[in-house]
Amino acid sequence: MGELVFVGLGLYDEKDVSLRGLEEARTSDYVFAEFYTSLMTGLSLERLETVVGKRVAVVSRKTLEDDDGEPILQKAEKLKVAFLVPGDPLIATTHIDLRIRAQKRGIKTKIVHGASIVSAAIGLSGLQNYRFGRSVTIPFSEPHSVYETPYNVVAENKARNLHTLCFLDIKAEEKRSMTIEEALKILLSLEEKKKMHIVTLDSLAVGIARAGAEDSLVKADSVKSLLNYDFGSPPHTLVFPAERLHFVEADALVKLAGAPESVKNMAR
Amino acid sequence: MGRYKQLEEIVKLMNETKRIRNTSIIAHVDHGKTTLSDSLLAAAGIISEQTAGQKLFLDSWELEQKRQMTVFASNISLTHNFKGEDYLINLIDTPGHIDFSGAVTRSLRAADGALVVVDAVEGPMTQTETVLMQALRERVKPLLFINKVDRLIKEIKLTPEEMQNKFAKIIVRVNTLIERYAPPEHKKDWQVRIEDGRVAFGSALHKWGFNFPYMKAKGVTFKDVIDAYTGEPEDIGKKVDALSKKVPLWEPILDMFCEHLPNPLDAQPYRQSQIWPGDLKSRVGEAMAKVDPNGPLLMCITTVEVDPHSGVVAIGRVFSGSVEKGKTVHLITGRQSGIIQQVYMSMAADRVIVDKIPAGNIAAVSGLPSIRVGETLAEEGVETQPFEALKYVSEPVVTVAVEPEDIKDLPLFDKVMHKLTLEDPNLHFTMNQESGEYLLSGMGELHLEVTAYRMQEAGLKARLSKPIVIYRETISRNYQGPPVLGKSPNKHNKLWVTVEKLSDEVINALKEGRISEMQKRDERQVMLRNFGWTTEDARNVIAIEGINLLVNRIKGKQYVEEIIDHVKSGFREAVHQSVLAKEPAYGLKVNLEDIVVHEDPVHRGPAQILPMTWRPIWGCFLLCSPQLLEPILSFECKVPNDFVSPVITIVQKRRGKLLDMINEEDMMIIKAEIPVAESFGLADELRSSTQGRAFWATQFSRWSPIPESLQMEVIRQIRTRRGMSPEPPRPNEFLEEE
Ligand SMILES: Nc1nc2c(ncn2[C@@H]2O[C@H](COP(=O)(O)OP(=O)(O)OP(=O)(O)O)[C@@H](O)[C@H]2O)c(=O)[nH]1
Ligand SMILES: [Mg+2]
Repeated sequence: MGELVFVGLGLYDEKDVSLRGLEEARTSDYVFAEFYTSLMTGLSLERLETVVGKRVAVVSRKTLEDDDGEPILQKAEKLKVAFLVPGDPLIATTHIDLRIRAQKRGIKTKIVHGASIVSAAIGLSGLQNYRFGRSVTIPFSEPHSVYETPYNVVAENKARNLHTLCFLDIKAEEKRSMTIEEALKILLSLEEKKKMHIVTLDSLAVGIARAGAEDSLVKADSVKSLLNYDFGSPPHTLVFPAERLHFVEADALVKLAGAPESVKNMAR
Repeated sequence: MGRYKQLEEIVKLMNETKRIRNTSIIAHVDHGKTTLSDSLLAAAGIISEQTAGQKLFLDSWELEQKRQMTVFASNISLTHNFKGEDYLINLIDTPGHIDFSGAVTRSLRAADGALVVVDAVEGPMTQTETVLMQALRERVKPLLFINKVDRLIKEIKLTPEEMQNKFAKIIVRVNTLIERYAPPEHKKDWQVRIEDGRVAFGSALHKWGFNFPYMKAKGVTFKDVIDAYTGEPEDIGKKVDALSKKVPLWEPILDMFCEHLPNPLDAQPYRQSQIWPGDLKSRVGEAMAKVDPNGPLLMCITTVEVDPHSGVVAIGRVFSGSVEKGKTVHLITGRQSGIIQQVYMSMAADRVIVDKIPAGNIAAVSGLPSIRVGETLAEEGVETQPFEALKYVSEPVVTVAVEPEDIKDLPLFDKVMHKLTLEDPNLHFTMNQESGEYLLSGMGELHLEVTAYRMQEAGLKARLSKPIVIYRETISRNYQGPPVLGKSPNKHNKLWVTVEKLSDEVINALKEGRISEMQKRDERQVMLRNFGWTTEDARNVIAIEGINLLVNRIKGKQYVEEIIDHVKSGFREAVHQSVLAKEPAYGLKVNLEDIVVHEDPVHRGPAQILPMTWRPIWGCFLLCSPQLLEPILSFECKVPNDFVSPVITIVQKRRGKLLDMINEEDMMIIKAEIPVAESFGLADELRSSTQGRAFWATQFSRWSPIPESLQMEVIRQIRTRRGMSPEPPRPNEFLEEE
């Protein structure tokens, strides 16, 4: 009877995988990995293979989506297979389908968690987890279509006095990931269109760069200031705090994320 | 400016709308249009009397001269004095061969009148009917010239009575066509009658001719004409010369134009609603009816030429306002603005710079590089509808693969192909993604041959394959089961579709442009309701691609507006290259039945939504007994009775179907249909088996299901050529589990 183990690789490089995850990979007959859902900037395939002590086959979006992950499932029918995924393996919504397929075919599945951008970004922002509303990705705009959803999500959350965590689009295959500046400009242009005062130049936002890396960086300020702030290389993440803050949140933003003192007025 | 002596008069007359006659010369191939035009040009002093008839001035391109065949329509302006008044004649000579019929369609948009030339020996032929029909459809008023009368005398040796009988037959036939195709209010008054002087007879080659009033005035009879051609050869020469001095062809013809053709002020009010869907009461609408040179600009582009000096030059008819150097104009279809760099008058291959050309005339403008044939130029800042699309009578059904001989020439290849397709909207150029081959589609073998010559002329060495036939893919029945599910590759989005066959009525309306994406939603809804559609479906057509419609039946689902454009693109791709053999789909109605869209936009980008759309469309298509349609030519051939049986043999050997045989004196008219796939080399075979005695023409007629016994084999051939596995996919390759 085969087995498929989803192993989270964490955020930055090959050292972020848990000991348990490493052990699962080492004892597998085959090791697959994907790198199209997120960007692990410190990771090299070579070092990963050295750590695991095995060849790691990288699978493309095509294999997982168009071919329904068939090469992985075929191996997992008889043997033990580890599938290494950046972050926490099932937080990137994409892989749940593979797990369901495996289960349907009688393949045992198991998850070894890794650190996720969700918890990392929330933690780094200094805002409190239970006050986040639904999160949203800001996609690169496609010709002929503008996505209003990100703007609408921030608006809905603000209306309910909740924070919004915004993931910025990563096109790993094209080696392209969105920067905070690009994301803010997209939202500002939606603001211009919808005029609901949700994301203006004066709104407070928190930019997070390279969560999980040695040189990770957090900066809270007005959108206007963040537009000119040098966050360095991606990956970037963005948080829009609620209009009202808990006083500890305000304190954290000022002390840990360099927000202007005036932010404390948002807490009562 | 000194090249043409009438230039100043022409420019002056451009402002006198009532003195303008925009006239197209149309006919079946070889019936003598260009030879006739020569006579008219000689009279205007544009070419010399002696060379007229041999020079074929308007066939200015080298290949046209070599082949004695017109390929491009050619514009020229000349003046004529009729009853003491000067007139401006804007003349357009058109090609007769069906492969170049696109040029006829385009030039008729610019004209108000047409001279139909008919060869007295051959009589009205297929293309005579086609061009006349096109003229009438554009509300262009016809006149008739029966040409090559010399041949009736020299070759067939008819008596005056026989000759008049022959003419009567031709006139009756032409009037039947006018009756059939003219707009209802002109079915009677546009009939051509000898007594009115709307029919002329003559010889373009020998430069004599007359209509009834002119004949009377000059006191000539048919007997005089016959006499001129009787006797010793050198006498005949002299006598015919004398005849052409006494009754020079140009005079009655130009007189007829002035007397019987409408000027733009007469014509534009009744042509307007036929060629322009805008509001007749709007400012533009009213200026157009009045041919107001000071009104807002509205110009319909009918020809585009690319030349090394002026760049892209667009030629067309100004219906309202004026074109002027430096004027900012709006390209309605292209949705952009530009500045007119230069205004010209076309004098055949030559262009003469002028300051300004007012409404009612044909003008050429440069400085608008992205302009296309059919474009509407409008006054900047004035909201207006574009002109009706030009409706071609034939489709590009013959295709060849083409590639530069030397791969290093690829940049030149791109440049040349761009120029050729810009100038010739009936030429289609595509790249096949899988096999990387470039495909060039044209109206027929000759069209492609001419295109090859043009490539060579541009310094491009290119290899062309043997002709490939293009097919269409359709279904033979409506889909009946539960809607077919498609999932995005990441499985986070779902779409359900069904596919049905469009009725013939809807297909025709799409072909003729009566249903289009450009038209207003309400108008389309009314039309589709009349074709028996439900109100809901008729309202919710959201995309049209080729002869296929996309209907959105989805209601009350979230996020649909953010992905619907991707769904439309997916539909377009699915029908543009369908699933049997990547040929275009034909006559499909695709219904979007239901959808589930993921909340987060990153999980529903085009890479997810496009496959989610085309997969269920293809799956559903394959479940409906798909069929390959092949292009069928109508074939009409006039041969002496002795050669009827070899012609029939040829038709039958080529999977042809005989439709009708009509006996006309000692000739037989054979009407048949032949699949394009079996038509290659037809010209040579007909020539050799009838000793060159057959007059014939073919023309695209319709798409028809390929015989079942051939379908699989043809599909395999196309797929192999395109670099795909020979077997078409099975439906279950596209079907998803819930
Ligand atoms: N005998 C005779 N021959 C003529 C006459 N008019 C034209 N031709 C000949 O017919 C042939 C075709 O003439 P064109 O003027 O090129 O015909 P066309 O209608 O312009 O042909 P396309 O443009 O190719 O459709 C030429 O060989 C002419 O010399 C005529 O009145 N009498
Ligand atoms: Mg000609």
